[in-house]
Amino acid sequence: MKIKSPKDFWAGLMFIAFGLGFAFVAQNYEMGTAIRMGPGYFPTLLGGLLAVLGLVVLGQSLVVSDPEVPKFKLGPLAIVLVGICLFGFLVRSAGLIPAVLALIVVSSIAHSEFKWRDAALLAVGLAAFSVVVFHYGLGLPFKLYPGH
Amino acid sequence: MDLIANLALGFDVALSFENVLYCFFGVLLGTLIGVLPGLGPTATIAMLLPVTFTLPPVAALIMLAGIYYGSQYGGSTTAILVNLPGESASVVTAIDGYKMARMGRAGPALGIAAIGSFFAGCVATLVIGVFAPPLAELALKFGPAEYFSLMVLGLVAAVVLAHGPFVKALCMVVLGLLLGMVGTDVNSGVPRFNFGIPEIAENIDFVVIAMGLFGIAEIVVNLERTEHRDVSVAKVTRILPTKEDLKLAWPSIVRGTALGSVLGILPGGGSLLASFASYTMEKKLARPPKHFGEGDIRGVAAPESANNAGAQTSFIPLLTLGIPSNPVMALMIGAMILKGIVPGPMVMNERPELFWGMIASMWVGNLMLVILNLPLIGMWIKLLTVPYRALYPAILMFCCIGVYTLNNTEFNVYLMALFGLLGYVCAKLECEPAPLILGFILGPMMEEYLRRAMLLSRGDPMIFLEKPISAAMLAVAVLLMLSIALPAIRKKREEAFQE
Repeated sequence: MKIKSPKDFWAGLMFIAFGLGFAFVAQNYEMGTAIRMGPGYFPTLLGGLLAVLGLVVLGQSLVVSDPEVPKFKLGPLAIVLVGICLFGFLVRSAGLIPAVLALIVVSSIAHSEFKWRDAALLAVGLAAFSVVVFHYGLGLPFKLYPGH
Repeated sequence: MDLIANLALGFDVALSFENVLYCFFGVLLGTLIGVLPGLGPTATIAMLLPVTFTLPPVAALIMLAGIYYGSQYGGSTTAILVNLPGESASVVTAIDGYKMARMGRAGPALGIAAIGSFFAGCVATLVIGVFAPPLAELALKFGPAEYFSLMVLGLVAAVVLAHGPFVKALCMVVLGLLLGMVGTDVNSGVPRFNFGIPEIAENIDFVVIAMGLFGIAEIVVNLERTEHRDVSVAKVTRILPTKEDLKLAWPSIVRGTALGSVLGILPGGGSLLASFASYTMEKKLARPPKHFGEGDIRGVAAPESANNAGAQTSFIPLLTLGIPSNPVMALMIGAMILKGIVPGPMVMNERPELFWGMIASMWVGNLMLVILNLPLIGMWIKLLTVPYRALYPAILMFCCIGVYTLNNTEFNVYLMALFGLLGYVCAKLECEPAPLILGFILGPMMEEYLRRAMLLSRGDPMIFLEKPISAAMLAVAVLLMLSIALPAIRKKREEAFQE
């Protein structure tokens, strides 16, 4: 047995894992009968279906040839996700302005032509924009800065 | 006539000062964001959804519809001017449109796209007005079994007609259905799959999923491409097409509109299928055919008209059956639910002002597209020169603020990051995210209809085959699946999408 399509192989594994995971957790809920379905019935059904479909994808990966190996670059992904999480962490505790500044500066690092000065300028501009539009314009209830 | 009375009511609503204003802002914002390279209508609508939160339901839906047309037209502008289609529906527009731009005819290409879209929009508005009421009437006779089968058909059709590998797309649908199960089960009140997290005790917000899968993932994938983007924007001199252009293009506009209107109604249809199909058709019909693909104005006129007609008629299944035929419609359903409107055949009778107002506003929106875009082309071109390294942090900011303001919880921001990760992995493994969104929206509804159908039949699954309408829909779904399994048709489908 040889994996002819790594993409399908990993996709198949992912779907099987999701399917089994959902079906497994669903066992905590009452199954019920076909007439009166409990909260566990449909998710178990779907989880099983997903696992079976995942198996089909896995099977395809041994037959259909597509030798391109998916390349994961962790750099940009990690930087962007960290930026987003920083926003989430700061927006309530410190306020909208620090959250936007952090998000913009951090996520800018992900670009190959990153320059500190440009990123800082962009961050200040967008922070001002977001305060004007979201706080004053749309009247959304934001804390703007620490102690606001 | 009913139609005239209904449309009169609709225009009454749509032409009120406020609603015209919301429609205007929707079209403007939609075009503004849609022009930005790499942002399709789905991401645009997801991003702009929070803007409509504070509006009354009619105004919010009118604005969202405006955003939709705007973003679509904006996407075509980008496709024509810099050959960067923001979404798959404008991929074919880029073929001839960009060639025209290279030949110094960007103006007429943009002009014919606007004119074609407007014509298509007018016809499609009428089509909705004529066909929606009888369909809603029919839908009122549907029982739970019919609804369940209809949703199965809708999901299967969406997967078959979309591009990309079939089984993986099916997997994404089922994964979406499962994600739709997260939250409180409506029947028993039992919280499911929430692992004790109070923020998802009710359900996951679809905006979070949409922004993660379409917004965040897209940005990360774009960032990985290290090569420089060529943003040499073509010069636009005269916008109006010449008389010869119009003479050559108008049959294509009419054909594109007709094809698009029909394809838009089909489950899984909508603008993508419409634009591809009409381009293929024009290519076969074109006389003389030799210039096709090298900057032929018909190659812009037809898909743009079809695209817009399809975008509008895909509102028919949404407004009459409550079933989204594509991710954009799934977002519209989500927006309606947020506003406390349950989409389905009842909307037309219970909220006629909303139903007809929205339809009339589609026409108003299309008119605005023409009025807005022709003079504002210069501004859109300026936007195109904004470098990506300034653009994507701004998009991220809109996404973050948008999901945070859904419930004012930072949990949604983290969840969006998680779905961004999932979207990235899926993109790498060539799994389309669109079917997942459809499944997610339909999941709870399917479970509910399945339960009711099985309760009615006393647990006998044969009910889905005994009811003729339900059986017919399931048969079509099976045929569609078989069609993809047959190698001959499969090959043809791949060819069609390759073109």
